[in-house]
Amino acid sequence: MSGHRILVPLVLVAALIGLAYASLAVGAFDAAPSNVFAALAGGDDRFTVLRLRLPRVVLAILVGACLGVAGTIFQTLLSNPLASPDLIGVSQGASAAAVAAILLGGLSGAAVSLFAFTGAVAVAALITLLSWRHGISSYRFVLIGIGVAFVVQAFLGYLLTRAEVRDAQSALVWLVGSIGTPGWDEIAITALGAVVLAVALLPLAPQLRMLQLGDETATGLGVAVTRSRILLTLVAVGFAAVAVAVAGPVLFVAFVAGPIAKRLTGSSGAALVTSALVGALVVVAADFVGQRAIADVRVPVGVVTSLIGAPYLLWLLARDNRSRGSL
Amino acid sequence: MTRTAVLVALVAGLAVVVVASFAIGARDIDLSTTIAALLGRGEGTDGMVVVDLRGPRTVIGLVAGAALGLAGALMQGVTRNPLADPGILGVNAGASLLVIVAIAVFGVSSASGYVWFAFIGAALATVLVYLVGSGRGGATPLSLTLAGAAVTAMLTAVITLVLLTDLDTLSQFRFWQVGSLTGRDLATVATVAPFIAVGAVLALVLGPRLNVLALGDDLATGLGQSVTVTRIAAGIAVVLLCGGATAIAGPIAFVGLVVPHIARRVVGPDYRWILAYSLLLGPILLLVADIVGRIVVRPAELEAGMLVAAIGAPVLVALVRRSRVSAL
Repeated sequence: MSGHRILVPLVLVAALIGLAYASLAVGAFDAAPSNVFAALAGGDDRFTVLRLRLPRVVLAILVGACLGVAGTIFQTLLSNPLASPDLIGVSQGASAAAVAAILLGGLSGAAVSLFAFTGAVAVAALITLLSWRHGISSYRFVLIGIGVAFVVQAFLGYLLTRAEVRDAQSALVWLVGSIGTPGWDEIAITALGAVVLAVALLPLAPQLRMLQLGDETATGLGVAVTRSRILLTLVAVGFAAVAVAVAGPVLFVAFVAGPIAKRLTGSSGAALVTSALVGALVVVAADFVGQRAIADVRVPVGVVTSLIGAPYLLWLLARDNRSRGSL
Repeated sequence: MTRTAVLVALVAGLAVVVVASFAIGARDIDLSTTIAALLGRGEGTDGMVVVDLRGPRTVIGLVAGAALGLAGALMQGVTRNPLADPGILGVNAGASLLVIVAIAVFGVSSASGYVWFAFIGAALATVLVYLVGSGRGGATPLSLTLAGAAVTAMLTAVITLVLLTDLDTLSQFRFWQVGSLTGRDLATVATVAPFIAVGAVLALVLGPRLNVLALGDDLATGLGQSVTVTRIAAGIAVVLLCGGATAIAGPIAFVGLVVPHIARRVVGPDYRWILAYSLLLGPILLLVADIVGRIVVRPAELEAGMLVAAIGAPVLVALVRRSRVSAL
């Protein structure tokens, strides 16, 4: 099994590179393989490959990786596969705050990301507070999260009806999540946020593994449980917010990345790096399909991930009901 | 106070709310003018506002509110699940999707045409959520709610997909999606009303059966009730009520959740009374939300669906916090 921990990420990286290459080469205008590399080095086809397609691919990888890590941390902390930020309203909270910042405050760039982060933290804190009753029950947390998600979604809908959103596409970004055609400055902000959070996560990762063993065992192993939980939650919320601030609430990526990574590595623990890779792979693949599946229609990546992720959740529920009667 | 007295008080309350709905708004109209206008002696702008603008939205609030309140009570009774609500369980999303498909793909423009699509959509979503969320182990609040959330997410994705190919519908949909009592005319209501009426009668008739069902499937069967018949009949009523309400008012969540709980608190666990109370409390809640929405951000308005969500979410949280639910 331990071999899988090295092998699986390597295979995922290879798959990611292959898919990224396909995303650069295939489209309304097909670039020949040699031309893609030439374009990367500054040759012909530079506009299509470098200006239109490369930013998308890079951002898709970043967004997917952030969501994958965020989901895995949440799911591990609450030891519940359903406690992912997109199901419990944290992503929607980030989205609503970002929209408020853009439409009401006229902000852009890093300030929007900061608002998204604040919104996500506020929603996460609210859910924690509301579901706190002699400690956290993860079912209560998930149910209250779904309720909060409904309200935040309603608020988001309200913001969009009130504002002059002339560009339908930009409205959709905030409802379903979309990669769009990002500028390099947006990508730089996202990358910077991801790196800062990754550095913050490094010393916390071992504590996450120990928390998996249960709070009491973790305490016995010398972990300051409450402090670690709060810090890890903040980092996870940060990852979700960084992704949502630039791409909107791309649903189900955070939800599926962790479980898929676990299944691939065969380990019981949280595989953070593998989850990040799976998340990136899912978003790049979904964007690839969304951009090219229907002629003349650019399907937002969030639509594709929902169409794949929601049936997966339904399947999980149906299967669990048959075997155990409840989740 | 006896249950009957409260029922009479609710009828009176509903009458007050209806009059208020005619009188209050961006333009305040005094009571005598309102009543005169309603009796057909309205004059000038005030008369027109009362009859032509506030008339339809009041009627829609009455019909949709009653339908959603009843549907929520039925769903909670049949699934024995305190969190059942047409919005949360994805029924509204199903109706929404097929309405949009009807408009965008089949070019249906009349309400009489797309109401059928709303019913089919509501039916499909109901069956799907119930099948996925229940199974042999029975439907727990968590599994049903999650199934509803997943179905809603999936259908929303399909809705977005349809809207992307048809940008004209998109701007319209943004407003419809919030759930509002405005923008529909009385002809639409007239088309839908018979279906809602049938659903409402069916719901009220099912009251005694729900009482037996509340004892558990085994006991209900032992007492000679066909549990399957009750479930199917309730399902048909829910589809008629939710499909109809969504066709005229758009997707409104939380009315079906909150109303039966208020009713239960007042009358106890007897479903015959819960259904009767829900029938009256639904329109009261929806109309009050609509009236408040007209006042709080004057001269603009907040959609009723928004305000109901703001009222309903705390109720949902309170329900989940009660140990009986969270222990499941």
